[in-house]
Amino acid sequence: MTSVTTGTSDTGTAKPKKVLFYRHSVAVRVTHWLNVLCLSFLLMSGLQIFNAHPSLYWGQYGADALPDPSFISIGAVQDGDTIKGVTRIGSLSLNTTGVLGASTEDGELSPRAFPSWITIPSYQDLATGRRWHFFFAWFFVINGLVYLLYGLAAGHFRRDLVPSKGQLTPKHLAHEISEHARLRFPKGEEARHYNSLQKLAYVGVIFIILPLIVLTGLTMSPGFNAIFPWLLDVFGGRQSARTIHFICASLLVAFVIVHIVMVLLSGVWNNLRSMITGYYALKIEPEKDKSNGL
Amino acid sequence: MGFDLTRRRFLIGSGVAATGLLTGCDALVENATVNDVLQKAESLTLGTQRLLMPHQPLAREYTEADMSPVFKANGTSQPDGEEYARLMESNFADWKLTVNGMVQRPLELSLADLKAMASRTQITRHDCVEGWSAIGKWTGVQLGLVLEKAGLAPGARFAVFHCADEYEKTLDGSGQYYESIDLVDAWHPQTILAYSMNGKDLEVAHGAPLRLRVERQLGYKHAKYVMRIELVDSFKGLWGGKGGFWEDRGYEWYAGI
Repeated sequence: MTSVTTGTSDTGTAKPKKVLFYRHSVAVRVTHWLNVLCLSFLLMSGLQIFNAHPSLYWGQYGADALPDPSFISIGAVQDGDTIKGVTRIGSLSLNTTGVLGASTEDGELSPRAFPSWITIPSYQDLATGRRWHFFFAWFFVINGLVYLLYGLAAGHFRRDLVPSKGQLTPKHLAHEISEHARLRFPKGEEARHYNSLQKLAYVGVIFIILPLIVLTGLTMSPGFNAIFPWLLDVFGGRQSARTIHFICASLLVAFVIVHIVMVLLSGVWNNLRSMITGYYALKIEPEKDKSNGL
Repeated sequence: MGFDLTRRRFLIGSGVAATGLLTGCDALVENATVNDVLQKAESLTLGTQRLLMPHQPLAREYTEADMSPVFKANGTSQPDGEEYARLMESNFADWKLTVNGMVQRPLELSLADLKAMASRTQITRHDCVEGWSAIGKWTGVQLGLVLEKAGLAPGARFAVFHCADEYEKTLDGSGQYYESIDLVDAWHPQTILAYSMNGKDLEVAHGAPLRLRVERQLGYKHAKYVMRIELVDSFKGLWGGKGGFWEDRGYEWYAGI
């Protein structure tokens, strides 16, 4: 596959060779960065919308803590002269003052579910939050459809994302998990392809979480409910869909955090260059690597 | 060590970026051009939903077992003013619904007149723009029947609902609640003028004596305390000119999402 010639056994003169290879097509790069833009604004405007009614329910209806039991709620309670932020998950109540339930807005501790630094706009304004959310939701869906069509037509999914049989064996997965845990990432020829944990994470986000977040979003729309009533049956009601929408958003945030940490740890400039110019650098070790069983 | 430095630099960098972004975001939010562009999405939503509902599908109807134990009252729960107080005292016996504007025969209908017309009962879900939902049972007369009685004048495009409640106290009266829908929703079978809720006369907190139900849109479209229905070709001349109390305050006129 490579043109690296067999070196002598004198390793002193054999340096690793840097090879640039074309990793990301234009379509992948453009849709990736548009997705960054869309998801950032969707998250911030989504949290603004959530703040208008910071409780989550399961089922068809759900309006207030009593008598409709919510299983997650973020609120503020009076605590002497001041207020206290309380996040409740089931029967578990946590004091989250400063971040959730009560946080500083204009220098004053105010009751608000998510803090002003993560919502758009920073102040409470549901109408504006909705305007931003729906604009970027359309943008995100159109961008996503372009990506899906490209991925199918160009063989991107089959070639780059679907794990090979060998990648899914328990032994191989265990090996990769232990390598990742020690922050040892594939090098050389092995880095030409995504590893199986990467593939599974990308496939999970692209084919499960992102479609789920779009469908649960549509399930919250009374208009789309009339058009696609089966959405209500699939998700068990509008309030369940709202909860799943929130869980999917949380999973996406978790994914993005891990994704960014991995980018930083596995060669930030190389990774960034490949997502901007398309080219990723491989360090090809001379022949001696072969004897290591790689 | 290398990792720590990278991480620390990353955290500092993102902190600076976040502060800059935040101020930047609020500036963007308040920029008129940005708002005009973002608002285009509303037409896209309306156009898409209308394209996908040529057969005018019904909103889901539920069974009595699905109903919310308590239906949350939102917005005004008791309109102010002597006139409403007087109507309430007589249990709305003196109340009359006015239908005027671009109609051939302006109408004055009492509650008894409305109850004498064919009724429709539906158990539907009420979705508030805030995110909560409640399921209740509504009985009323289809708006289409009332509009047919009045007969539309050529050019009429919207039904405007003028309400008894002033939701925001203002000197110029612009806090008066009003709403509007187009003729597609006006003639939808589930668009009713409800006088009964959960088997009883509509309570004051829920909009007595009459409220609109427009089941494929969000709660703020379901005007309570309806006093007058005006047929218009445009709502430019009404209060803020956006077709509703909340619309004048930045919310979408088409609340199907």
